[in-house]
Amino acid sequence: MKKAFPILGVLTAILLSYALYMALIGAPTEQTMGDVQRIFYYHVPSAWTAFILFFVNFGASVVYLIKRKPAADIVALVSAEVGVVFCTVVLITGPIWARPVWGIWWTWDMRLTSTLVLWLIYVSYLFLRRFSSGGQTPTLAAALAVLGALCVPFVYFSIWFFRTQHPQPVMGGGGSIDPRMLHALLINWLAFSCFAFLVCWSRYRLEKLQRDVDQAHALESLLDPHRSVP
Amino acid sequence: MTETAPVIVITVSNLIKQFGRFAALRGVTAEFSSGKLYAILGDNGAGKTTLLRTLAGLNQPSSGEVVVLGASKFHDICQQVGYMAHPSLLYDEMSGMENLQYFARLYGITSGTRCAEVIRSVGLDPDLVRPVGYYSQGMWQRMSLARALLNDPKILLLDEPFSNVDLHSATEMVRLLARTRDRGTTIFIVTHQASLLDGAADEFVWMEYGKIIGRTRELKRPESTGGNSK
Amino acid sequence: MSAPTGITRVTLLKDLRLEWRSKDAINSMLFFSLLVVVVFSFSFDPSAEESRQIAGGLIWVAFLFAAVVALNQTWAREIRNQVLDAYRVSPAPANSLFIAKTLGNFIFVTVLEALMTPLFIVFYRLRALGPVWQLLLVASLGTWALVVNGTFFAAMSLRTRSREIMLPLLLFPISIPAILAMVQSTTAILNGEGAHFWIVLLATYDVVFTTMCLLLFETVLNAE
Repeated sequence: MKKAFPILGVLTAILLSYALYMALIGAPTEQTMGDVQRIFYYHVPSAWTAFILFFVNFGASVVYLIKRKPAADIVALVSAEVGVVFCTVVLITGPIWARPVWGIWWTWDMRLTSTLVLWLIYVSYLFLRRFSSGGQTPTLAAALAVLGALCVPFVYFSIWFFRTQHPQPVMGGGGSIDPRMLHALLINWLAFSCFAFLVCWSRYRLEKLQRDVDQAHALESLLDPHRSVP
Repeated sequence: MTETAPVIVITVSNLIKQFGRFAALRGVTAEFSSGKLYAILGDNGAGKTTLLRTLAGLNQPSSGEVVVLGASKFHDICQQVGYMAHPSLLYDEMSGMENLQYFARLYGITSGTRCAEVIRSVGLDPDLVRPVGYYSQGMWQRMSLARALLNDPKILLLDEPFSNVDLHSATEMVRLLARTRDRGTTIFIVTHQASLLDGAADEFVWMEYGKIIGRTRELKRPESTGGNSK
Repeated sequence: MSAPTGITRVTLLKDLRLEWRSKDAINSMLFFSLLVVVVFSFSFDPSAEESRQIAGGLIWVAFLFAAVVALNQTWAREIRNQVLDAYRVSPAPANSLFIAKTLGNFIFVTVLEALMTPLFIVFYRLRALGPVWQLLLVASLGTWALVVNGTFFAAMSLRTRSREIMLPLLLFPISIPAILAMVQSTTAILNGEGAHFWIVLLATYDVVFTTMCLLLFETVLNAE
């Protein structure tokens, strides 16, 4: 277990550099959009990774509400944090791509808007964790996470009906895609997922350590009240 | 007082309550028997109020166990517990009678005379229409006691019932509580005015830094051990 | 009448009586949404046709802000003198309190809407082209969506620092689909278009979130 972390780290580094090569050089240039299309190798994998992480957050929160295991709470916390980071990447790379291609930075189309709403929901989740006091933060956060996740289908349906301007999704959208492009995309997705997992893991260890330290401080105040840390 | 075999009504074992890094209760172990009046004494921050709130089921213990009347889940026995807090637990905009009628409904008490009876027993007038917000402190404290007595509890938990009550009213309240005790109710009183209870209390429980440091029959503080209990 | 509904009823009556005596929530709500209406009318200079396009949004934003004021007020009353603790030590079920609070807030916000809507009509020269009964349906479904989540998150923010700020931060993101549905359907009905999809969406949202809030409320109330 101790060795798995550096091995995964090296593996992720190799994957990431190969994915970078594939995205910038390996994949063919798109005919109409030109090189700007290459940002899509970051945009789409980040989005998928963020969605997976939000799903993990939902699962971990449900587990916490049922079993009350602190580990589930840490998983929920770190997946939300890293998910928000990836979601932010999506929201930043989107406009960079949209400006030259659509001629506008931002448009209230379905995918952009629903991703933004998703981002807002999980940022409010992190706010709640930041602002709630006492030992009951995990419970409150888990309740919010469950409601937030339930909100996602509503966000999609409502905004889908509201408007649609985004290019058809690459997978299952019916359009044809160069196999080398698909290859680059999937490699990037794999690399990003590994990277996200790595970050989550180290964040998990950090959070665990932080809680152990807090526990030790509390224990110290248990044994010696005169030196209790406020 | 007769010394028959005491019936244990409350068992507290190794109770710990942490608020973040601060430990308010640091391992409290004690047994309390039926029909006694216990005075819980100690300096500010000794954990008296936290102990009382945990007995009342308002705090979830961080670890350890509380068994009240044979039940470890407070909700099963809440019909038989009365709780009076430092704040009034009454709605300022309503009269005492209106307040008590509302709380009586929460306990499923339908008897029309019960509220008036309790108000008279604490020495107030049931026909007083003035809202509780305009009561003097001594008056609302007595009304607050009436609220705690409403369901005729087997266990009565009182947090600072005499603070700011004039000496005459306080002595009256002590006499009332002693009579309630004589009818078989177990009473816990957290207070700074121990001298009021001299003669009325069956046992004085001394707390310091989140632990019980001693229990005495007379009002005499045991030697501070700075940590160990008993 | 079974015990939990009886407790819901007395709690609701108690809340209405307290509000009737102090009028804290309703007064601050009314004045607040009046301010919003006036400020908005300075920001736009609408003719009858334009205002029909934006009125749906304006009305609901004003009501949303006003609802937050009311939601904070009704729980503030339970925190004063820690009366909520008296409820928690009693055998009364947590969900009775939740339903009573939600119904109470629903009544407050509905009263506000009934008083403010004529003002909107006058200020923005509105005239609905679609059926009015649909507007009423949207109003009640939308108000329910706001207050059921709002009551839940207000109870949750009681357990946080700076709770008055926490409520909108928690409530607004999750309410976005409901707000979108309210605004879109109101605008559609005002313009004489169909709003069927939005009404169904809003009703589903209400059912799902009411169920989930009832399932989770006890956990949140006793989180201490």
